[in-house]
Amino acid sequence: MLAQLTMDFGRVTGAHVLVLFVVLGGVAAALGLYDPLVKFAGEGAALPLPGFGYALVKGVVLDVRETGALGLFTGSFKATAAGMQAAIVFGIIAALFFRPAR
Amino acid sequence: MPTLEETAAVARVGRQTSRLVHPVAVHQFASVVGSKEREGPLGPAFDRSYDDSALRNPTFEEGEVRLLKEAVMLVLQKAGRSPGDVDRLCAGDLLDQNVTVAFAALGLEIPTYGVYGACSTSAESLALAALAVDGGYVDLAVAATASHHLTSERQYRFPVELGVQRTPTSQWTATGGAAFLVGRGEGEAQITHATAGIVRSKGIKDPNNMGAAMAPAAADTIAAHLRETKRAPDEYDLILTGDLGLVGRRMCLELLGEEHGITVDEERFLDSGLLLYRRKDQDVHAGASGSACSALGLAGFLLPGFAEGKFERVLFVATGSLHSPTTAQQGHVIPCVAHAIAFQRGGTSV
Amino acid sequence: MDAQTYLKRARTAEPPAPYFRNALLAFVGGGAVCAIAQAVLNFFIGYGFKAPDATGPTAVVMVFFASVATALGFFDNLAEWFGMGASLPITGFANAIVAPAMEFRTEGLVLGTGSRMFQVAGPVIAFGLATAFVSGLVFLVGQRLGV
Repeated sequence: MLAQLTMDFGRVTGAHVLVLFVVLGGVAAALGLYDPLVKFAGEGAALPLPGFGYALVKGVVLDVRETGALGLFTGSFKATAAGMQAAIVFGIIAALFFRPAR
Repeated sequence: MPTLEETAAVARVGRQTSRLVHPVAVHQFASVVGSKEREGPLGPAFDRSYDDSALRNPTFEEGEVRLLKEAVMLVLQKAGRSPGDVDRLCAGDLLDQNVTVAFAALGLEIPTYGVYGACSTSAESLALAALAVDGGYVDLAVAATASHHLTSERQYRFPVELGVQRTPTSQWTATGGAAFLVGRGEGEAQITHATAGIVRSKGIKDPNNMGAAMAPAAADTIAAHLRETKRAPDEYDLILTGDLGLVGRRMCLELLGEEHGITVDEERFLDSGLLLYRRKDQDVHAGASGSACSALGLAGFLLPGFAEGKFERVLFVATGSLHSPTTAQQGHVIPCVAHAIAFQRGGTSV
Repeated sequence: MDAQTYLKRARTAEPPAPYFRNALLAFVGGGAVCAIAQAVLNFFIGYGFKAPDATGPTAVVMVFFASVATALGFFDNLAEWFGMGASLPITGFANAIVAPAMEFRTEGLVLGTGSRMFQVAGPVIAFGLATAFVSGLVFLVGQRLGV
């Protein structure tokens, strides 16, 4: 809902809003604000794009804890791989078999 | 033969306005549209429509080429002529490099001048065709244009299936092609004047708000035309604009009043973008747009009106937004232009 | 009329966006999507995954739903209604990848589908990763400093 209001009042495109919220989610995670939200709201907080930012940041922090500085580069992908790969692969499959509606 | 100076004395009415010296008319017109246009208020007036907007082609771009090509072939068929009779094809479309015209013209074997005026193409191509005929340089010319909602979305905005909410000021690109046969002699719809527009901008940068972007150019061209021909707005039964839409039409009226001191009767100031669809239930937000929009307004409303004797004199003003996706993303303003054609019923004095 | 005045006047001539309706529908839509996701998550937990591990398959399933909706052509209808409610969750991310992939197939699989699928999702990935990197860096530095 906040995102919708941002788009309507801020007169920015959907893409801008998505980026803004991913970054906000990441920042909130970094500040330790997102965890309690996830505990409370479950998938409601984890699924949306701020959740994507949260996952990216949490992934990095976790990986840095376990593997040191290399985690800065591998952590994000480790945490979000499933969703991203699914989207890309399904995209190619859809492109092979489906056409945009006429 | 009159000298060039003698001709110019009559023909060059002003810097922007040319007055045709000889009788030149749109002798025939044809239109081919998509399903949304057929379902709109002007639907019955169009010659042919297709539900499949790709016209059974693999891509929408090829469908658009077919729309343009069929419109040209149809107008010749209706006039009992063949492509070999046509000296000049003046045509334009919205896609990069004017490809629709290129592919439609391929195989037609007609000498072709491609033009780009975005949504003002219909008036621009008509002006060039009419001037060429009036000068005696060509016997018969065809002015044509086409646009397609889905090819426009792909190029200017987003992929078709992307879940994007359109803003209230956005417009729906018309899907269709229209062609006009221009030749000498008197006819139901004579072309008497052509006014070329100056490219203008009042700072609008949002491509989702083209109506507001184009209004200054429209007001400017209308004012120039009236000033140079020394005519008053009420000497026209109607002023029909291209695709100003809801917002553009309102702003044009305001600008005409405030910046040019011209008051226009709102009942006689119509816009093709608002005529083509029923705004309330066809979900088109601020109205129709696209190079076909004004052309379909001409083919579906204005010219049939002349044929039925409804109009004596009409000013047709097509407006175009001359930006590109790149310049818009770079944050530049949208330069716009508006071209005008004055029509008059055959047999009446100019 | 100068440019600023013109813009102001043009704004007043605009038909208003149904702000309240949009916000409400975004709320309901987003909530519905997340509720479905929660149900999927619970399913996987019941199936034997531990809570944090279940998020992976859940993401894949939600992406699958959105991809199918996009492929069958009704995701955009849902988004027209629910606005950011459909676009903000990972379903929007999936739609943003699948829609251009389908659309630009006509330009070939490599230059069309392959490059255009990241047209909308690219910025999200790019800036999301950038944020994560910076956060990670801050964390690392903090760790070294014994914070």
